[in-house]
Amino acid sequence: MSGTAFQKIYTHITHITKATCTLKATGVGNEELALVHGRLAQVVKIMGDHVTLQVFAGTEGIPSNAEVVFFNRPPVLKVSEDLAGRFFNAYGDPIDGGPAVEGEEREIGGPSVNPVRRMQPSELIATGIAGIDLNNTLVTGQKIPFFADPDQPFNQVMAMVALRAKADKIILGGMGLTNDDYLYYKNVFENAGALDRIISFVNTTEDPPVERLLVPDMALTAAEYFAVDKNEKVLVLLTDMTLYADALSIVSNRMDQIPSKDSMPGSLYSDLAKIYEKAVQFPNGGSITIIAVTTLSGGDITHAIPDNTGYITEGQLFLRRDTDIGKVIVDPFRSLSRLKQLVIGKKTRSDHPQVMNAAVRLYADAANAKTKLENGFDLTDYDQRTLKFAKEYSDKLLAIDVNIDTERMLDTAWELFARHFAQAEVGIKKEFVDKYWPSHT
Amino acid sequence: MKTTAKTTGKVTGIVANLVIVEVDGPVAQNEICYIHHGEIKLMAEVIKVVGNKAYTQVFESTRGLKPGNAVEFEGHMLQATLGPGILSSIYDGLMHDLHEMTGVFLKRGEYTRALDPERLWDFTPLAQAGDTVEAADWLGEVMENSIPHRIMVPFVFEGKYTVKSIVAAGQYKINDTIAILTGKDAKDHAVTMVQYWPVKKAIKAYREKPRPFKLLQTGVRTIDTLNPITEGGTGFIPGPFGSGKTVLQHALSKQAEADIVIVAACGERANEVVELFVEFPELEDPRTGRKLMERTTIIANTSNMPVAAREASVYTAMTLAEYYRSMGHKILLLADSTSRWAQALREMSNRMEELPGPDAFPMDLPAIISNFYSRAGFVYLKNGHTGSITFIGTVSPAGGNLKEPVTESTKKVARAFYALSQQRADSKRYPAIDPIDSYSKYLEYPEVQETLKKSVANNWVDDVMLMKNILIRGKEAAEQINILGDDGVPLDYHLAYWKSEVIDSIILQQDAFDRIDSNTPMERQRYMVDKVLKIYHTDFDFDTFEEVNPYFKRIINQLKQMNYSGFMSQEFKRFEEELENIIAERKVKS
Repeated sequence: MSGTAFQKIYTHITHITKATCTLKATGVGNEELALVHGRLAQVVKIMGDHVTLQVFAGTEGIPSNAEVVFFNRPPVLKVSEDLAGRFFNAYGDPIDGGPAVEGEEREIGGPSVNPVRRMQPSELIATGIAGIDLNNTLVTGQKIPFFADPDQPFNQVMAMVALRAKADKIILGGMGLTNDDYLYYKNVFENAGALDRIISFVNTTEDPPVERLLVPDMALTAAEYFAVDKNEKVLVLLTDMTLYADALSIVSNRMDQIPSKDSMPGSLYSDLAKIYEKAVQFPNGGSITIIAVTTLSGGDITHAIPDNTGYITEGQLFLRRDTDIGKVIVDPFRSLSRLKQLVIGKKTRSDHPQVMNAAVRLYADAANAKTKLENGFDLTDYDQRTLKFAKEYSDKLLAIDVNIDTERMLDTAWELFARHFAQAEVGIKKEFVDKYWPSHT
Repeated sequence: MKTTAKTTGKVTGIVANLVIVEVDGPVAQNEICYIHHGEIKLMAEVIKVVGNKAYTQVFESTRGLKPGNAVEFEGHMLQATLGPGILSSIYDGLMHDLHEMTGVFLKRGEYTRALDPERLWDFTPLAQAGDTVEAADWLGEVMENSIPHRIMVPFVFEGKYTVKSIVAAGQYKINDTIAILTGKDAKDHAVTMVQYWPVKKAIKAYREKPRPFKLLQTGVRTIDTLNPITEGGTGFIPGPFGSGKTVLQHALSKQAEADIVIVAACGERANEVVELFVEFPELEDPRTGRKLMERTTIIANTSNMPVAAREASVYTAMTLAEYYRSMGHKILLLADSTSRWAQALREMSNRMEELPGPDAFPMDLPAIISNFYSRAGFVYLKNGHTGSITFIGTVSPAGGNLKEPVTESTKKVARAFYALSQQRADSKRYPAIDPIDSYSKYLEYPEVQETLKKSVANNWVDDVMLMKNILIRGKEAAEQINILGDDGVPLDYHLAYWKSEVIDSIILQQDAFDRIDSNTPMERQRYMVDKVLKIYHTDFDFDTFEEVNPYFKRIINQLKQMNYSGFMSQEFKRFEEELENIIAERKVKS
């Protein structure tokens, strides 16, 4: 990006901190972009004729007589169909060697949807993963994060979900992705032959952290273009939102703001909500669904970042390694999709809610039996059977390598019920038992 | 406030939504101003004045705003527009009608009117020429969704007035003059069906505010029976995410026996508000048979809408509630969540570089919260009628930890406390209100006990206290069993535990998604409480602890089936009979 001709050039910076610099300038608008010593910056504070700029790439090496040029506009993204299949950096500049995208300029971080114009989400997103489709069904227009420890394979699961979901466009917002993970996504998408419906905005660990702050807004501006202008179903992947929040805290710290819980800025909730609430079902059929990753430190969900996220998003997904089967599963206890009620048993087979609850309840009984076993108490016959059931349930349904449709998941659950339990022990409504209980086991 | 020419000013500083304005005349704290930005004007509120600089919080994004932009001050504080047409509306936090806005996205500076000026209302006069009246006296009424909406002497009128003339019954628009009032100074004042009131000031046009004494039925058993809320009472619901705050609030908004329900969706998820306005026009109010939306007003300032308007939204909602209370109505006001409002205060306080209090919240947070809760209450109006505002707010404590400033400040003022427990939510025991940690101070009020005796049962309060004891003992027994093992404790422990489980499963737990179970009238609650207490008082005969668990599971199952059946229906009685048979199996014959 560069300035246009006939712009006033300032050359006297009065204050420089690690992330910001301040100079005397007039006629400057709030949140306007500027170029400081060739680096992109944004106005974050105006006091009389003193303008403070946040320099995205950091201020290392910027001299007090550096050239500052204002752009007279906030950050924009050029939107058109040509975005599809391309990789960009946080500023929306191509990083795949291709040409710049031509199109209409849209301000990023635009206005919110009027709540009365929203439609109630009602369309199911099938992923083939039973831990999601069966127990925590996703719906278009939903926003949901994976709460995962850094060593868990959340990027693989996200890529898998993205490819299997029947979305018209998949937009990847990568924040602080390692170069390896960036290349992983690129490869997976290329190999799947899905590149033409994927758009990526990537800030890797090699890039300055503050640049990350632009990534969600860039990704969501592109998403709004496809969902509103083209009536498409758009899936936005944001990874890793914890690194985004860390960047927020860096900036607020440099601006001498008083930190609240866990050194996070007091506005963390609003900052995250502004991003996540972009998930919406539009009346014209287009939708934006957000699947994000929030990495945890030692599984602690009371930290300010996952805590605020949990209050904003419509549920959360937890991954866990099941040592009994040696595979990663979607944890049925801690995971929750708040919007599943809108589709299960309505868009899926009518026995879905009851089968889901029965299976999780029996799985919980197995967990109790396990505790009993560990504490040295005797197991009953029922306890033994729940343990066998739990192992198969984990392997055939919860494991993330499962890829079957919902109907097959329900049938599998019925088979497992029949193999290990009597009808009364499963406790499902009689009309469903009569219809689906396998006659042979 | 001022009658002279408007004060104007120009922008000199911008930090996020804090804008500093240099003014050329007097400004008042909390005065509203409009900041010009190209074609549009952005609404803002003065929150601090230093010399000729007014610090304002802008209710919109300040992107692109420049120093030097012109500012006009309005001479009044943020005010609510009060008149017929408020019910069924969906407003933003500043009371702009969201349905009137064009396009899918909210536009900066698009401020829509609160009430329809063209709609005709059937007006019936209640006062006559010659009457002496004062602020809030009823001059006439119109029917708003079949709820009588009283047209009152505007709250800002001071002293006594004489009705000089009042229009005859007929159809009028809200801005038509319906009465002429003559003041002490012999000046005439025209009164229309609309009036304005600054939202941050309480409307105190009533005679007396006694302590609440009457139960407000919600149909939620764990509230009505164990920790009741009263007409004009205050309560709050803190809980970590996923513990069912929103489901509980939605249940209250659907079922509570209020004339009018006002929901302030303050900084929460937009899809939850969508749920309200998709469902409410369809669902029926069981008491009146009319659609729920007809008695409901929603103030939607969701989490992605401007932060400063979040604070305004709860005040706007409270002002609407006070307006309807002055008409003699029973109002339930729900705010989800007051924590977001407190966070909005924190963001602003931070930008103004004030010294922070605990967790960086402003120092006066407890005062602000208690001041707000105190606007609720049961009142005797000057004309002898009664009205009430019952206020229930949710709190979203950071990390689910109740030792944080918003929860603690609220605990000091709200009289009923409904603690949502993560543990109960995890074990799917909904509503997840912890029966032991939660309390209702109202249960200790002699006047409440008196009305409960009359309206429910003579020994009701004693029964409730007994149930709380049984629950505590059951919890202790469960802990012992966990530590010592099933066979390591006396049989009595198992009995104590299972008798408390009966109360937990039948009285506390309730299926919010079941048509019948979701809403239990008081008469039915009393019946079921008698039933479970009878079981508690029964002596059972067991040989070993292994017999206790399956036996009580059968009892609970029968009682549950009763909960799911229509009260006193054939089905209900059949399950009850089976229950009696099961009880007889092991009852010790005396």
